[in-house]
Formats: sequence, C-alpha cells, structure tokens
Amino acid sequence: MKLLTLNFLTCAIKTCKTNASSFPLHPRDAELEIQEADVNLPFLKNILPRLMWEELRTICKELGLPDLPPTPPTPTDLISGGNSTDTTEGRTQAEQEPSQTAKDLHRVLLETCIQEGKLVCGCCGHEYAVKEGVANFLLPGHLV
Amino acid sequence: MLPTPSTSHVCFDRVYEPAEDSYLLLDTLSSSTESAFLSERFLQSTAPPLVLEVGVGSGVVLAFVAANARSIFGRHDILTLGTDINSFACQAASQTVSTAVKDEEQHEERSIFLDIVNGDLASSIRPHSIDVFIFNPPYVPAELPDFSRHTDYNAVPEGKTKTSFEQDSYLLELSYAGGEDGMVVTNRMLEQIPDILSKGRGVGYVLLCAQNKPDIVKQQIRDWGSGWQAETVGTSGKKAGWEKLHIVRIWKNDD
Repeated sequence: MKLLTLNFLTCAIKTCKTNASSFPLHPRDAELEIQEADVNLPFLKNILPRLMWEELRTICKELGLPDLPPTPPTPTDLISGGNSTDTTEGRTQAEQEPSQTAKDLHRVLLETCIQEGKLVCGCCGHEYAVKEGVANFLLPGHLV
Repeated sequence: MLPTPSTSHVCFDRVYEPAEDSYLLLDTLSSSTESAFLSERFLQSTAPPLVLEVGVGSGVVLAFVAANARSIFGRHDILTLGTDINSFACQAASQTVSTAVKDEEQHEERSIFLDIVNGDLASSIRPHSIDVFIFNPPYVPAELPDFSRHTDYNAVPEGKTKTSFEQDSYLLELSYAGGEDGMVVTNRMLEQIPDILSKGRGVGYVLLCAQNKPDIVKQQIRDWGSGWQAETVGTSGKKAGWEKLHIVRIWKNDD
C-alpha cells in the first residue's frame, strides 16, 4: 500500500475516531518496496493542500526514510528552476519539468509501498496487518 | 460509449462478477447529467477529489472511474480508493484498477489509484475525507451469511493451495445477501455517510433495488437534517411499470 493512502485512513474502532491520536496509523515492522510510476507534476501540485504534512513526516521518520522538510513545499518548489530568477511565467504546464523536491515527494507518496507489516493505532494500540500490500482492517467480533 | 475495464483475470467463483447493477453504475456516472454535476462540483481549480468505492468486488466500477476521469470529472487528477470485506476481491480489484489506469495513453494525464483495503464498509476511512462515494451493496433480500467464519474463509486455508467450495459460496453470499428488505448492510453504510463525506462538496452514489423501497430510503436520507438531498439519477430494468434498479445520488447543499 502506498504511503499517500495512509493520509486517508484511521483506526476502524469507533471510539478511536474522535481521538486525535488515532491518526495517522503508525507503520511497524514494515517491509517496503519501491513500485516505480511516472511523475505526475500537475497532480503533485494539486495534492499539496490535502496532505497532512506533519503526520506524513512522522510516518517517514518511523519508516526510517529521509526526513521531509518541516514545512510542505509550494507548487513553485516542485517545478525545476521554479525558484531561480529566471521566471517560469510563459512556460506552459506541459513544458514544466519536476524539480528534485517533486521527485522526492513523488517517491514518498506514490512509489514507496508497504508490502508486509503492521499499522498501529496510536490511541488503542490495535495492530492491523498488511499482507501482500493489502491492509486488513477487519476487527475481531468483540471489537466491532 | 466509454470502454469497460477488463476483468478477465478475476476468478468469479469467489468474487462478484460484473452484472446489470455494475453496468448501471458505469452508465449513470458517465451520463451527461452526472458528469456535468461532478465537473461543476469539483472544479479543476480545487484540490483533487478522492473517490471511494466500498465493496469493489472485481473493481470494474472504480477502474472505470479511474480510467475515465477526464470524461466524468472534466479533470484527470482524481484519487481512487476502494474497500472490500473479501480479501480475494481486494487483490483482484487492485489489478483491475491499476491495469485500467496504466492503459491510459496519456502518461501525464493518468489519475492516481491509491489502494484497495480489506475492511468492513468505510470503517477505516478518515472522517470527512471522501469527495465521491460509490456503493453497489449486497441488496438482495436474503439471509445474511454467518460472519463468525469470516477470518477462516477470508484466506486460502493453511496447508491448502486453493479455497473450498463452501468458502467460495460464503464469499459470494457476502456480495449479494442483504438481510431483511435487502437493507441491513446498506443501512449500516448509510449511517456512516455523513461522517465520511467531505464538508461542502461530498457526494454519494448508492445502488438500490425495488425491494429496498427506494422512496422510503430517499426520505430517510432527507430526514438526516437540513440540506441533505437524495434523488434517483439512474434506473434500469423496467418491470411492469416500475424500475428494478435505482442509483440514488446523496449530497448536502450548504445553507
């Protein structure tokens, strides 16, 4: 499962949902796999406002991945040469090239996949297994 | 007509095979009225919408949305996510959606397929994160299967190389048996909808059959409170003057 998916998941136990510590779920004993995909620059620029950045940084740290910057990149940061004095105005979307920041973000969000391991709720401690890239959120009868 | 995604790799002994209900969802979501509604609700200038399908089965509906985002939403940068209680369906649907997205010729314009997770309805979804919700429920009025066997039946039995006949029957029952009025599972799902839909723009599409009493269901949704709307936006299978299958759109108009 992709790390971006974790941006939209929480503990399946009802009473945890109102507790802030149930998000994000914390990966444990994770086996990671890189599944290469084409960089989609327009998508990366548009998804920025939907990312829970602090939580994403926590997940990366817990997985032992390189640190993400403390604040999220801006759309301009994602364009190659976007911060140089040479203005990017006039260049169409199609001519824009992804910056290293964009490539790094793409690798974290969409190419880094948890193949095996667990996702742990920070509120109740329940562990959800990930097998063959599929997370299992089914609860034993007494927890439903 | 937009192409229907391939499900030729799916074993229909234990995963629901695309049928009239699935195709009605495809037709309705890609109809001119719904694509106009969705394109206006999710303008290109706004953050990418997240589409969640609960009970993906073969994945044909989610794959269709993922592969035809440009026609349906007027934008390609949508996110798709699925859940299913059947782990075999999760594996199958994951392949269906990723293949459908990869088959898109324009690499720069592909939508983003996240994952299929194995879960009960939308229980693992972060509150208010879903923009478009799709559900083709187990809607047949038939006794619910015995869930106590689920953990055993949700994987290939240890020491075996394939599933048993009883196991396959159980997994298929999950995909169609809906209990009393065929509404037991759907009612549980409807209860979760106000909590998962994004505020201001969330919209749901739920399939119902005539035995589910769609008019009563729609009224119950409108009674959730001020602003909640429920309308039939697609039907099929006219039988003696009444429609057999309905697609109900559920949304909230902010006051």
